[in-house]
Amino acid sequence: MLEYKPNTVLSNEEFDTVGTNPIRHDGADKVTGRAKYGADTILPGMLYGKILRSPHAHAVIKSVDISAAAAHPGVHAVVTSADWPETSMKLVDLAEGSIHNLGFLSMNVLARGKALYKGHAIAAVAAVSVHVAEEATKLIKVEYEVLKPVLTAIEGMKPDAPILHERLASVASPALRPGGLLDDNADSMRTNIANEFEFNLGDVEQGFKDADVIVEKTTTTQAVHQGYIEPQAGVAQWSEDGKLTIFSSSQGQFTVRDHTARFLGIAVGQVKAVPMEIGGGFGAKGITYVEPIAALLSQKSGRPVKVQLSRTEVFEGTGPTSGTQISVKLGATKDGKLIAAEAELIYEAGAFPGSPVGAGIQCMMGQYDIPNGHLKAIDVVVNRPKSAAYRAPGAPSSAFCMETAMDELAEKLGIDPLEFRLMNIASEGVRRVTGPMTPLVGYTETLQAVKDHQHYNTKLEGKKRGRGIATGWWANNSGPASAVLVVNSDGTVSLTEGSPDIGGSRAAMAMHVAEVLGLPVTDIKPQVGDTDSIGFTSNTGGSSVTFKTGWACYNAAQSVKQQMIERAAKIWEIPDADVEYKEAVLQHISDPELKLNFKQIAARMVPTGGPIVASAGVNPPGPGPSIGVHLVDVEVDTETGKVEILRYTAAQDAGKAIHPAYVEGQIQGGAVQGIGWALNEAYIYNDDGALLNSSFLDYRMPTSLDLPMIDTIIVEVANPAHPYGVRGVGEVPIVPPMAAISNAIYDAIGIRMNDLPMSPDKILEALWAQEGK
Amino acid sequence: MAEVWVPPKLQQLTDGNQQVQVEGTTVRRLINNLELLYPGIKDFLVDEMEEDLVPGLAVIIDGEVSLLGMLDKVGEDSEVHFLPAIGGG
Repeated sequence: MLEYKPNTVLSNEEFDTVGTNPIRHDGADKVTGRAKYGADTILPGMLYGKILRSPHAHAVIKSVDISAAAAHPGVHAVVTSADWPETSMKLVDLAEGSIHNLGFLSMNVLARGKALYKGHAIAAVAAVSVHVAEEATKLIKVEYEVLKPVLTAIEGMKPDAPILHERLASVASPALRPGGLLDDNADSMRTNIANEFEFNLGDVEQGFKDADVIVEKTTTTQAVHQGYIEPQAGVAQWSEDGKLTIFSSSQGQFTVRDHTARFLGIAVGQVKAVPMEIGGGFGAKGITYVEPIAALLSQKSGRPVKVQLSRTEVFEGTGPTSGTQISVKLGATKDGKLIAAEAELIYEAGAFPGSPVGAGIQCMMGQYDIPNGHLKAIDVVVNRPKSAAYRAPGAPSSAFCMETAMDELAEKLGIDPLEFRLMNIASEGVRRVTGPMTPLVGYTETLQAVKDHQHYNTKLEGKKRGRGIATGWWANNSGPASAVLVVNSDGTVSLTEGSPDIGGSRAAMAMHVAEVLGLPVTDIKPQVGDTDSIGFTSNTGGSSVTFKTGWACYNAAQSVKQQMIERAAKIWEIPDADVEYKEAVLQHISDPELKLNFKQIAARMVPTGGPIVASAGVNPPGPGPSIGVHLVDVEVDTETGKVEILRYTAAQDAGKAIHPAYVEGQIQGGAVQGIGWALNEAYIYNDDGALLNSSFLDYRMPTSLDLPMIDTIIVEVANPAHPYGVRGVGEVPIVPPMAAISNAIYDAIGIRMNDLPMSPDKILEALWAQEGK
Repeated sequence: MAEVWVPPKLQQLTDGNQQVQVEGTTVRRLINNLELLYPGIKDFLVDEMEEDLVPGLAVIIDGEVSLLGMLDKVGEDSEVHFLPAIGGG
């Protein structure tokens, strides 16, 4: 056992700035309330928008009469989907890599032809106050033909199920994601199954024949919401010369720009999207809901319009993650070697195709060495809000099934569950069940870190207490990113970058620059640019920002460094090669008298050649996957069914933690969201498809009172594809908690909980069943 | 020649073969040669303009998700997979 301090960093390499914990640049504004979020924009003459939503989960919209609402005093505009062009349903891509089906997204923002879930936006009003707008929405007359809803994927797959999209293009393509609608002259299959996909490796039949021990199980999970603090909000201002400016909080100002332009049928160049501060997103703010409606209302009214959702609208009208049903079969030899795996993953996409089942299937057993496998994924549309990304989208549900099955298998084999995982973890070069080879990742190191930790080595005592462990795998993303650096005459450096800052990325980006230039991080002044002032940068998501935008900042800083060398060389009338740059000091390589620091050269920028400006646009490969290993102790109250988290330790390979305190925060945040998902959170619907818990009073998220300190271990196995070794950290910590807690509950009371959430009522029912009651 | 791992749903087009050997120094050339060997497979991999992979599809070359898609280079002994792109949260 090693004596770890709380929140340990097992560091691989020391740097000057990277790996330290400076105060974030935006901290003072945020803690004093000065920071401006999506709802804080107020423009002269601004109107307020309100959305009329469907009261039915599934209905044909036969007619919409807006005349009374439009005539209501104080109302300046009323819009429906008839006010914008029908966006193509063909499988087209945005120019810069977004892979959404914009036709479906447009129909999600404003319903066309059918209302597909309760809360689906039908029309919107802009008026002088939010109250007048709300009153006017009640004057809109919508004639519905109410249809029977389909609320679960299993129902939706039945041959006699009501059909959401009569012409759904059910495809069996490798691309799982987009789906689409068939042309009018194509034969319709009348199905809710949007897509199916499979993976095969080796000979799975023979693998199971060779297995000494086999475990089979099925798990179910419910839709859960990301639970961000700040509801979606945005302001749109349409100017007389046809230019549209949008102020909103999102995970991607370029996505806001591109979606809005496409929905309105205008050029991308007509739109400027200004990123405001963001009060949490966790994936859900990577697509648009309010901005296109605000833009349409502004276009029609000629006034700026703000649209801000209520919490109920957030629950009912924006995307949670998918509900799932997942079955797995695992086979191992008696000496503990996994040799075969089979799984079927069925995910609810919500009203339009595109659940995260593609990620779920690829992440389910990505960390293991399994030579024979057959995995199948199915994407099903149901009458619920279109599912949206939520932190490692798709992976937590599949890990819940896989990692509880691993626990069962370890028990059958009589092997410690951590040892069993160590015995089967993939090393570099091992082929994953989904095909590609495993790159260099600290799988073993992270498991070993938990094995060495005092938590693992301290005996858990007490009745109805149990310990559980689980691992989680996430692919991590990269993507295009941009950064611009401007050296100021006092030697400070202004940094503009393209990634909205959700988890402290301004500081992490500034630290990349400070490290290269040898400057104090306080001398770097980071800001997030709008779409007219910085190059395209893909969404803040996929645990990609520190990797991709970090690369952009690193490259831009290297350019500044080179320009400083050139200026010094010019001043000293020597070749560039004779100038050495070290810790913000430029020096002649052989003449110690010739020495200038960064600030001195910055002060002489203009006479030595003009401003020093550097920019970088990148699309870097090699973000590399990551692993999390979580260990949890619980106590089950057998009288009430409540599960208490007693102790929680989360280890994760971060490659290199640029700002360890923020990495620690990401790990803790992910673990806490996973604990909520495990124990309490779920969308609860009635038979008509109405959400019954659309407030934080009834949708139970964990609070600080529910939780112990989440201890973290940051393992650093450097990613060779990043200058400092970074791999993404934001998502994988939400993957293991549900399985770890389920395994701990089994250890405590001997019951396998296979349906989330493992809430007190379900625990009690399971206990009563165990007792034969 | 590069080794292309054919997605199971497309193996009916490759006579049931899970892996096929195909020439091509870029992804575009590799897919064009794949189409010559197995007509119809290109429709599942490339968009209508034939400029990019179909939305939502990722090409993995030697274990790395390609960010250049059709333009990316393929080595003589490369291993190429076509998988669903993973979106982040």
